[in-house]
Amino acid sequence: MNKTIFTIMKKELARFFRDRRMVFSTILLPGLMIFVMYTFMGTAFSSQTEEQENYRFRISVADLPQSIEKIAEAQNLELAVVEPSRADEVKKQVKDQEVDLFVLFPQNFDEETAAYQVSSGEEAPNVEIYYNNASMHSQGAYDTMIQLLDNYEGTLTNKFDYNQGEKEYDMATREEEVGSVFSSLLPMLLTIFLFSGCMAVAPESIAGEKERGTIATLLITPAGRGNIAMGKIAALSLIALLSGASSAIGTILSLPKILEVGESGMNAGIYQWADYLLLTVIVLSTVLLLVTLISIISAFAKTVKEAQSYVTPLMFVVLLIGVTAMFGEGAQKEWFYYLIPVYNSVQNMVALFSFEVSGLHIVLACVSNLLYTLLGVYCLTRMFNNEKVMFSK
Amino acid sequence: MKVMLEAKELCKSFRLSAREQKLQKTDQRIKTAVDHISFQAYEGEIFGLLGPNGAGKTTTLRMLATLIRPDSGDAILDGASVIKDAEQVRAKVGFLTSELKLEEFFTPNYLFGFFSELHQIPAQVQEERRKKLFDIFGISKFAETKVADLSTGMKQKVSLAVSLVHDPSIIIFDEPTNGLDVLTAKIVTDFLLRLKEEKHTVIVSTHIFSLIEKICDRVGIIIDGKIAACGALDAIRDGKSLEDRFFDIYLEKAGDINE
Repeated sequence: MNKTIFTIMKKELARFFRDRRMVFSTILLPGLMIFVMYTFMGTAFSSQTEEQENYRFRISVADLPQSIEKIAEAQNLELAVVEPSRADEVKKQVKDQEVDLFVLFPQNFDEETAAYQVSSGEEAPNVEIYYNNASMHSQGAYDTMIQLLDNYEGTLTNKFDYNQGEKEYDMATREEEVGSVFSSLLPMLLTIFLFSGCMAVAPESIAGEKERGTIATLLITPAGRGNIAMGKIAALSLIALLSGASSAIGTILSLPKILEVGESGMNAGIYQWADYLLLTVIVLSTVLLLVTLISIISAFAKTVKEAQSYVTPLMFVVLLIGVTAMFGEGAQKEWFYYLIPVYNSVQNMVALFSFEVSGLHIVLACVSNLLYTLLGVYCLTRMFNNEKVMFSK
Repeated sequence: MKVMLEAKELCKSFRLSAREQKLQKTDQRIKTAVDHISFQAYEGEIFGLLGPNGAGKTTTLRMLATLIRPDSGDAILDGASVIKDAEQVRAKVGFLTSELKLEEFFTPNYLFGFFSELHQIPAQVQEERRKKLFDIFGISKFAETKVADLSTGMKQKVSLAVSLVHDPSIIIFDEPTNGLDVLTAKIVTDFLLRLKEEKHTVIVSTHIFSLIEKICDRVGIIIDGKIAACGALDAIRDGKSLEDRFFDIYLEKAGDINE
């Protein structure tokens, strides 16, 4: 490697790694925060579900028919029987959320349903169910009651069944299931993490040096401008990669918690070493490209702040491209999609996580990203040579 | 005597923004900062560029140091052209101005090593030079202190040491004693005289008459981007004090001082 590139790279890395606060806020903090946040959210979700599962609905019933009483008993559903004359009083209790549900059956429900002919065109017996949409428990009770009644209605006119018994009907393997979740979430998250990693270091290193007047000191040395550009991009990419990796590890570790699957196997263990290797290659080429893009934008800016606001539109574009991973059926099949920067990486990641990886697409994406990066380095070199850009006041 | 630096018809103009036009009370979009400046500096001499603020001193020096490109004209420094062999010029020139800052996060030791590496100085030579320069400027005690924690004078001395890592044959120094206390200023001017003794060529720009009278062999007076007078210090003075001669020349070239 060219000695100047190496010297510049070493300096950039020393600037970063000797600064404990910077290491903490750029590398450790993102992963830690994501892990803590997602784990907290996951735990909160599951404790809420748990609470709901253990909750006993407060259901009042008037004119409870025997048939329904039996089913409710079998389902361990407690029904408090009240006189039909107290209907208004109980309805008010539902309104005040003292009772979750009030069910008012027709007086001779069992006889009426037995006698009723659908073909007669008459009105069917009507069960009145009063609930309170503002209460989560009332909604739960309502859903439970509707299901119970639907099931009972089904048994009255049972003509056919489906998916009876213990057989396995869902043909997706466990792997594919996990893959489809990962391939819709991770490409987007990884792209965002990588971008914010680049964002944390590149403006500081280019616009920051301009702002503090240290870049001029560098430019009067015989170090080639192209070498300075390459040294900076190499070092910044490495740091951005570490920052992105930290966020990714935080996510992967907390994903089982947020998806509430616990120990049942939702983890990244379904992927092989080769998959991770390919992922690293994709991510590396993406980071090089992103760092170069942000560096070029930063070189136009006079201050770090200005650089950050110039980069914001690019951030939105990258964000949108990341979101596309969540839609559509798997990765794109046509080769030309893999020449579009950023989109090619997202699509490759989708393919990788859903076990549809294509060697050709990965090579296309990496080679095109590398070409874009070289083009970017050339631009950055031109900018370092341009006094109007470097010394604009 | 060997000509170490030759500026030939250097020109540089800048585009003015609407605000700058207003401030300078002019309708012209283009401001000519340096207008066909030519001069020579010889080996082992200190050449002074004297002129008021805004005369074009700094712009001239920045062109000589290859930080900016002349619109026309050229300068040859120790055989290398600022237009054609900018990288060679950078290897031969040490440029020091207050606009060149050091990264405050690093220590003088680290920065000296970093810039030595960029100039591809062998490790052993680096160590000798580091010791010599750090001793001269009294940096040794602070060699491992972050630049951010140093005093203004010490920062200036570290900048000076760092700009000399490659032992340049030509040293270009913009306003060498600006903002320095009397003690540090003395160390710097003594050092410039020492560089001269060691056969280096030194170019300084300043508006301080006494500094020119004290250290310069030859002087060029810049007024409004043009060289108004250039020659040996005694010839320019012509029996008067430099200050009196300067105002004579200024009135002759630019007219009223208040203009």
